[in-house]
Amino acid sequence: MTATVGTVLRGRTVVPGVVTGEALVSPETISGWGGIDPATGTIVEARHALQGVCFAGRILVFPGAKGSSGWSAFFQSCRLLGTAPLGMVFTVTTTKAALGAVVTRVPALADLDADPVQVLRTGDRIRLDATAGTVELLARAGEHRAGEGT
Amino acid sequence: MLTDDDRRMLDGAEGPAVAAAMDLLVRYAEALDAERFCSVRNVAGTATQPSPLKARLVAEGGWDRAFSVINLDSDETHEIPPMAVPTCQLQQGFGADAAAVAPYPAQFVELQADAETFYGRRGVSILATCTPYQVGNLPVRGEHCAWMESSAVVYANSVLGARTNCEGTASTGAASLTGRVPCWGNHHDAHRRGTHLVRVDTPVGGFLDWGLLGYFTGDVVQEARPVVTGDLALPDLTDLKHFGAAAASSGGVEVYHVPGVTPEAPTADAAFGGTIPADAVVYGAAERAATYARLNDQGTSTDVDFVLLGCPHASLDQIRDVARLLDGRRLHDGTSLWIMAPRALAAVAERSGYTATIEAAGAKVLTDSCPAMSRLAPPGTRVFATDSAKQAHYLPAILGIEAWFGTTEECVRAAVTGRWSGELR
Repeated sequence: MTATVGTVLRGRTVVPGVVTGEALVSPETISGWGGIDPATGTIVEARHALQGVCFAGRILVFPGAKGSSGWSAFFQSCRLLGTAPLGMVFTVTTTKAALGAVVTRVPALADLDADPVQVLRTGDRIRLDATAGTVELLARAGEHRAGEGT
Repeated sequence: MLTDDDRRMLDGAEGPAVAAAMDLLVRYAEALDAERFCSVRNVAGTATQPSPLKARLVAEGGWDRAFSVINLDSDETHEIPPMAVPTCQLQQGFGADAAAVAPYPAQFVELQADAETFYGRRGVSILATCTPYQVGNLPVRGEHCAWMESSAVVYANSVLGARTNCEGTASTGAASLTGRVPCWGNHHDAHRRGTHLVRVDTPVGGFLDWGLLGYFTGDVVQEARPVVTGDLALPDLTDLKHFGAAAASSGGVEVYHVPGVTPEAPTADAAFGGTIPADAVVYGAAERAATYARLNDQGTSTDVDFVLLGCPHASLDQIRDVARLLDGRRLHDGTSLWIMAPRALAAVAERSGYTATIEAAGAKVLTDSCPAMSRLAPPGTRVFATDSAKQAHYLPAILGIEAWFGTTEECVRAAVTGRWSGELR
């Protein structure tokens, strides 16, 4: 689907809550253990498309969780160390991603009516209403309104 | 839907720690859209492994605080009661037995020893291995469990026919105090049946080949459920341990079936629940060679500093085989060889004389942990060799070192000569 400002995706509530922020879209699944550094909130997996990119304070949009069962504990550590993402939107539900979102305690949505990784872009401003089960595209990356700064 | 007993625990009838555990499980069940909980009587989790964050929490409020925050996902510090159901500790950090060998911080060794005392008193069996099924935790077919550690989860589901999802630190912690886990995914018959047919057209037999086949299969099917048929020699425990660990590294396989071998697959028909897919994924000589090449594309220097065996933790057969291969030989000066094993099996290896033979060659049998879990190798390691597809997959990324993958015999030869000379035969 082609997304424009105002486009709304609908999904299943994983963790309720509402946040507005910038999307960070990972084209690949994410590893917790061995894949992120909780001290800095950064993806560290070698050869990952987002290697070296920080997710702290952004809404992490990703296809799903992969790798070790330590996934959730690593994202819980991000919360305890103050480096957690602002929210999570993921394509495929697994126990790793679901428990990870729960212990990160951020609004989270999954199983959407269109693939969020295809529809959204890094830098998009989005409103995630995980309670109602929606993600709304507020502004496209690089298309900020006047007065909103760079 | 909560039962009366679930509700009582959530409402605090069994104390605040149990209530916190149920609160986490309810949030987790909602995140999965699970309608109810399964009763579990077998939990494999992790509470003892040291980390800087855990050290800080223990300093703030003891192990009660560390378990409350990490294993129950609670903000409050609760007094932790005895485990409600049988619970074991999986692999962890290195212990005092590795002090002179592995460069692991002394304060972590001390912290972990303290944790073992605390949790042991509450009924946690300190198996300290990624292979609890080798040392006394052997669930029966159909038993609902709450296990973490991807290689143990895939073994429990596939080889034993027990039922567990790939749980995490908090869900196993909460399950240990409540005997509950969301009834979702692998707990249901429909989610255990095969999804992909893998047809093996090249002979597969022995430890190396089962690992290669697992690494190929996980890469192709990712989280799905493969049914593996074809030119297969009868695997033993170590072969299936390697196959599953590899498939859970290149992909996220939690359930597989080998018709005629694994318990939920008396036939391929039964493994699929009636309908065998028309299209098969084919594993032939070309796929075997490509998988071997992929696992070996992380090495350029043939000067091997370090050989790591026993991932997942070695069986007694593996330890005995390594002792035979090392008998009367000496490791190359500057090359180390570690074989990781459950401590219970290390005790038998010592009693049987295997350890004396291994140590006489200059190699070590180590327990409790592994280089990937504890993020360490012998000082100065640049190139390592292993017979484990899982360790070859993870360790180069974790430690920034080069890797070679081959047979156990090739790895031992590399430790003795200091040079890698493996090739696919």
